[in-house]
Amino acid sequence: MRILGISALYHDSACALVVDGTVVAAAQEERFSRKKHDAGFPEHAIAYCLAEAGIQLNDVDHVVFYDKPFLKFERLLETYVSFAPKGFTSFKAAMPVWLKEKLFQKDLLSRELKRFANDFDWLNKLLFAEHHLSHAASAFFPSPFEDAAVLTMDGVGEWTTTSLAMGSGNRLEIHKELHFPHSLGLLYSAFTYYTGFKVNSGEYKLMGLAPYGEPKYTKLILDNLVDLKEDGSFRLDQSYFDYCTGLTMTNDRFAALFGQPVRRADKDQLTQFHMDIAASIQEVTEIIVSKLCRGIKAETGAKNLCLAGGVALNCVANGKILRQGIFDNIWIQPAAGDAGGALGAALAGYHLFKGQPRQVAGNGKDSMKGSYLGPVFEQADIEARLTQAGARFSVLGEDEVIAATAQALADEKAVGWMQGRMEFGPRALGGRSILGDPRSPSMQKTLNLKVKYRESFRPFAPSVLREDVAEWFDLDGDSPYMLLVAPVAEKHRRVMTEDENKLFGIDKLNVPRSSLPAITHVDYSARVQTIHADTNPRYHALISAFKGLTGCGVVVNTSFNVRGEPIVCTPEDAFRCFMGSEIEVLVVGNCFLKKEEQDEGLKLDYKNAFELD
Amino acid sequence: MAFLIELWQFLRERKKFWLLPILIMMVVFGGLIVLSQGSAVAPFIYTLF
Repeated sequence: MRILGISALYHDSACALVVDGTVVAAAQEERFSRKKHDAGFPEHAIAYCLAEAGIQLNDVDHVVFYDKPFLKFERLLETYVSFAPKGFTSFKAAMPVWLKEKLFQKDLLSRELKRFANDFDWLNKLLFAEHHLSHAASAFFPSPFEDAAVLTMDGVGEWTTTSLAMGSGNRLEIHKELHFPHSLGLLYSAFTYYTGFKVNSGEYKLMGLAPYGEPKYTKLILDNLVDLKEDGSFRLDQSYFDYCTGLTMTNDRFAALFGQPVRRADKDQLTQFHMDIAASIQEVTEIIVSKLCRGIKAETGAKNLCLAGGVALNCVANGKILRQGIFDNIWIQPAAGDAGGALGAALAGYHLFKGQPRQVAGNGKDSMKGSYLGPVFEQADIEARLTQAGARFSVLGEDEVIAATAQALADEKAVGWMQGRMEFGPRALGGRSILGDPRSPSMQKTLNLKVKYRESFRPFAPSVLREDVAEWFDLDGDSPYMLLVAPVAEKHRRVMTEDENKLFGIDKLNVPRSSLPAITHVDYSARVQTIHADTNPRYHALISAFKGLTGCGVVVNTSFNVRGEPIVCTPEDAFRCFMGSEIEVLVVGNCFLKKEEQDEGLKLDYKNAFELD
Repeated sequence: MAFLIELWQFLRERKKFWLLPILIMMVVFGGLIVLSQGSAVAPFIYTLF
């Protein structure tokens, strides 16, 4: 049985294909359309998924959409009714979109699907899964667990913002829900907005900023904005927020509570105040998630927990939950945001709607194939594409390419690394990555300012050989999807001098904190990715070779893109990004490219090529 | 027509008939707004998501 899952029309459109319970392919539309967070109908992603399986749309048994539009419209209307006459501006802006397009999503989907197959029987084949059920399905069905509690948290789906589901075998039932407007995702987004970052994409920045500050406002937030109960359920005082009725996230009362107006990204500097705010909302998030987890444990007694929804991308909170040891095992869906809803919708269709059995992978492994579920390019194809793009490259043997790349890393070069299938989800996991030497004190600044063109405070993540993880970090489990933050091991830390300890904010950044300064955040933490020989043998071989040269089984891994650009998909995308940034070496398959050998005339200005996120 | 049938089924399923008069008023009102302006570009409002 073949089920196609689609998430689209809000943000991060994606498609996933499940064949007989196995995830065959999954990809986000932004990677093909080259528009970050593309919300359009995922026609390229669907075409890719069908091509990967060698089938046509008519061969698909069902198409499942990740959301129920009528339920969402019901929430919209009830929200406007309950706040009326406030909210007219928002109503006026929302109605055209709904009445012209969103309310008729079934028609729109069937029309778009007919472009793939004119006689596609959408009336019987098109199904809809609830938003949080899709998230829960994406977290539970691919997990390594036979039974688990499933916690989903995001901005909002139809009504639900937080849900607890219980999964067992091929069954999954939602037990409890928190409803709009009481949302942890929206609370975090409100602070993203308040600190001048873009809602729905700047949340990572706020999380990255948090360790530079002190959580001075935690009590103020908990006393005024959030009514938090012992079991982790909560209500937000709407008199401080504007997202129900206005065009912004927060209002004047919110700004008055903290004593400063909303930061204007183009005019106002980031100050210690914003760092303290970031630290405070991060702490509040951790408190809420922790209470939710303890509440679930007390109520269900579950040993295993699965997480999904945008809030599950908060790897700092995830790491803390893991270390608190509330559950024996935690598994987080790597595409925890709305893109992963496509996968969840397909799996919900297969197991829940069609009642098909589920096979757990066994040996503690999940069924996500390392999240390498996107397009792959054969060596001959890569060579043809790079030649067409005007690239100058040498083709190396299997061992040579590993050795040459490891040497480039040891020489502190920024290396573009494009190998095998593209990752599904927001993280680059060694398929489409920019790599660097974590021992280099200047690597974080170089990568941020010259390669990625983004804020200097933003941290980088390490990829570490699974067998070496306990040597470098206070972590002894798997973290293949870079969704857990763990402290750098004590023995590798550098003790701060008295003067260094007195530094505030961004000044802290310039002080090396460990023998791996490029990946050690100012609070000695790191967002760890463990590399496994069975899911990514080539990346594993590269880091092993780097270890052979340097004694260090860790590399810096950041996504292969510049600020505001979707992660590269094709060899041409990789070559363009290489020529538009200061990446020094590019390795695509067995093709090895050096910047100094390239045609100067092909250089691009990537610094201003993409809208800032 | 299929859309109206589905909408009716939805209201029955959810037992939200009280929404119907509001819905009609809003559709009329919203329709006027739609007619009075051309753009249906989604602005950033969280109630939309």
